[in-house]
Amino acid sequence: MLDTNAKILVVDDFSTMRRIVKNALKSLNYNNVEEAEDGASGLEKLRTDHFDLVVCDWNMPGMTGIELLRAVRADPSLKHLPFLMVTAEAKRENIVEAIQAGVSNYIVKPFTPQTFGEKLHAMFGEKAA
Amino acid sequence: MQPTAQAPGQTEAAKSQFPAMRADFINPFITSTVRVIATMAAIQPLPGRPRIKTDSRTYADVTGIIGLLGEGVEGTMAISFAESCILRVVSNMLGEEITDLNNEIEDAVGELTNMISGAARAELETKSYSFRMAIPSVITRRGHSIAVITRFPIVQIPFETDFGPFYVEACLHQVPKA
Repeated sequence: MLDTNAKILVVDDFSTMRRIVKNALKSLNYNNVEEAEDGASGLEKLRTDHFDLVVCDWNMPGMTGIELLRAVRADPSLKHLPFLMVTAEAKRENIVEAIQAGVSNYIVKPFTPQTFGEKLHAMFGEKAA
Repeated sequence: MQPTAQAPGQTEAAKSQFPAMRADFINPFITSTVRVIATMAAIQPLPGRPRIKTDSRTYADVTGIIGLLGEGVEGTMAISFAESCILRVVSNMLGEEITDLNNEIEDAVGELTNMISGAARAELETKSYSFRMAIPSVITRRGHSIAVITRFPIVQIPFETDFGPFYVEACLHQVPKA
């Protein structure tokens, strides 16, 4: 179960999607949220601070979401970090690639706050409210 | 939708190489647009009849453009909004009132372009067309015009909402596979 005090990092190059994800998290009572604009700055935050969950876009300039995921899984201090991919890439091969890289769950845009909550709860073995 | 006739004046080369007015090319853009706007902004857009543009320009207040680059097919997709429409769409997406064509609108149109093209690409994948990811660009200026420089026809799909119109334009053509 993810505690409502959990610290969550939202990584997306579009501020709109960061706000939508933050609003969805807020509706689930998760208010301890930080943001990063790409994979590289996200990885830096993860290596310098403690987080309980990453919510990450795939298609970003510079370090992409899948590259961040691989870096996280390759880092002994981060490799068990829950990692939720939120992306417009709905291709089967993308989903398979993310699973092979160790993603915890995967949401395809567009999504409703309800879908977001269900995916998040599923990651932590909870029933959606 | 049913296949539509080619616009007058197109070259024989374009006619022979371009299957873009086939329903299996156009319908993914219609269904993905409706699904993205309805899901993210709780607005149900009403698609009109697709047409091949005979004039080269579209006048709009905000436009998102993204490349469509794949195996054997390439082109562009653009989505152009009237100000009244995009202000309501983004206000609904963010859950707060946005009253100006500001940076938040530009960012949101980029994300909408990304989502719509991603959903359309996924549907086109089922028809054996494979595309790579791309990063969208956004143009914001009241009454700007968009001219796509291509010898291939551009398909324009009009959408109506209670808050004003928007248009999706797609230009796809087949290229030799690498």
